[in-house]
Amino acid sequence: MVDIFIQQLLNGLIVGSIYALIALGYTMVYGIMQLINFAHGEIVMIGAMVTITCINVLLDAGVQLPGPLLLLAGLAMAIPVSMLLGFTIERVAYRPLRRAPRLAPLITAIGVSIVLQQAAMLIWGRNYRPFPSILPTEVHDFFGAAITDLQIAIIILAFVLMGGLFFLIEKTRLGRAMRATSQNPDVAGLMGVNINTVISMTFVIGSALGAVAGVMVAANYDQAHAYMGFMIGLKAFTAAVLGGIGNLWGAVIGGILLGIIESLGAGYLGDLTGGFLGSHYKDIFAFVVLIAVLIFRPSGLMGERVAERA
Amino acid sequence: MTDALLKVEDLKVAYGGIHAVKGINLEVKQGELVALIGANGAGKSTTLKTLVGMVKPTAGSITFNGENTARLAPYHYVDRGLVLVPEGRGVFPRLTVEENLQMGAHTRNDKGAIASDMARVYDLFPRLKERRLQLAGTLSGGEQQMVAIGRAIMSRPKLLLLDEPSMGLAPIIVQKIFEIIRMIAAEGVTMLLVEQNAKLALETADRGYVMESGKITLADDAKVLLANEAIQKAYLGE
Repeated sequence: MVDIFIQQLLNGLIVGSIYALIALGYTMVYGIMQLINFAHGEIVMIGAMVTITCINVLLDAGVQLPGPLLLLAGLAMAIPVSMLLGFTIERVAYRPLRRAPRLAPLITAIGVSIVLQQAAMLIWGRNYRPFPSILPTEVHDFFGAAITDLQIAIIILAFVLMGGLFFLIEKTRLGRAMRATSQNPDVAGLMGVNINTVISMTFVIGSALGAVAGVMVAANYDQAHAYMGFMIGLKAFTAAVLGGIGNLWGAVIGGILLGIIESLGAGYLGDLTGGFLGSHYKDIFAFVVLIAVLIFRPSGLMGERVAERA
Repeated sequence: MTDALLKVEDLKVAYGGIHAVKGINLEVKQGELVALIGANGAGKSTTLKTLVGMVKPTAGSITFNGENTARLAPYHYVDRGLVLVPEGRGVFPRLTVEENLQMGAHTRNDKGAIASDMARVYDLFPRLKERRLQLAGTLSGGEQQMVAIGRAIMSRPKLLLLDEPSMGLAPIIVQKIFEIIRMIAAEGVTMLLVEQNAKLALETADRGYVMESGKITLADDAKVLLANEAIQKAYLGE
């Protein structure tokens, strides 16, 4: 029982740090333009797909490299592709609607998401794409729980990236301009901030994190699919709402918390329901959490409470 | 009448079907403090917003420092030295006082000069120094106005535009803010001041314009306007 608990906690942390990376993309965009970018899940999916394709091309060409290096090569391809995609989506789909009622860009976001899913299906087919077996499968023992090198790398990389993002937002001129823009875009413009550049950068940075998260998902579950962005995107969105959408710390805490809730829930669901519901019902936890947050604390755990005016 | 730093000719502004500004002329010379007074809704704030590109003019010309600045993107004005302290102060509530001030220097790269300007702002407003790490949204209205003015100083304005700096503040704080305005003016910063508190504005300014429903109806030395009976009746409550 205890072994399972630690294992589920660990699994929750792994999947939760991936949710957190994706949730940051949602929350950054929301913070700056009050838009739920529903196409963000598809950016995650494209990141995964491009990496798999890139690794397969290298393998087919007979390139002899250690697995982790092949993975890095795939990532090096996927990140710029996703960044360019995020940039283009904002430019083409959202910017013309900047002054439109909020429902218009929201519906557009869903449209973009569908277009990307279909495009991915045309490019990569409708079947699951296996992740190439290039990574060590050896399992380490961690207080009675099992963890692979890949999973250790996922947790470390996720936290390094989050740390980097926090540094960027809190300590750099661009980050300060992003925060100012999210609080009062007109006045930020008066200070000489080019709002369009700041919004583009927000999409580009969020997309880069999304691409890395997509590769983590694909490598961890050994597969990717044109529709995978839908569920992972919805869960990361839930994580962002749980933490308080628009709040970066909220996205991180919400992501990890959701991962752990889901993992523990799935682990004990069979016991709790006397075998009636199995662990494959794990997805319901994310949405139970979403509904509960929306009912009881719509502003999320870290929702803004600072007075706007004295 | 040569060498006006700012020259506005036949400026018209309309938005949402309302003609807020109906063809005004005004100018501000280097080193002057000019007041633009008038009742609520006369078009004073719209005029200031148009000067910094937040609202686009429908007709007329704006010449600043010899350049036509009527239709630039909003973020191009601060580099030219046209800086607005907006109505309602517009501080960034979840940035600290210091970060708000740094935003004023957003486009500047001269680190040393930024640091000395920051020290100067803290000299002008010792309150802000005490509260430099506090979120601006937690400050009182008067302190927020200090942040907004300090932030504008950080932009090294050639022309400082102040939109209703006394709005919503207690009389004693208003006195303090105007004291600061006079100090900044004494340092040679050119200013265009929009105010509903006409008496205070004209006592502070060199020259004044009176605006009524989108038009400028009077323009003269501030002292002359202060002595004008019609103005005393309409705006000074005497």
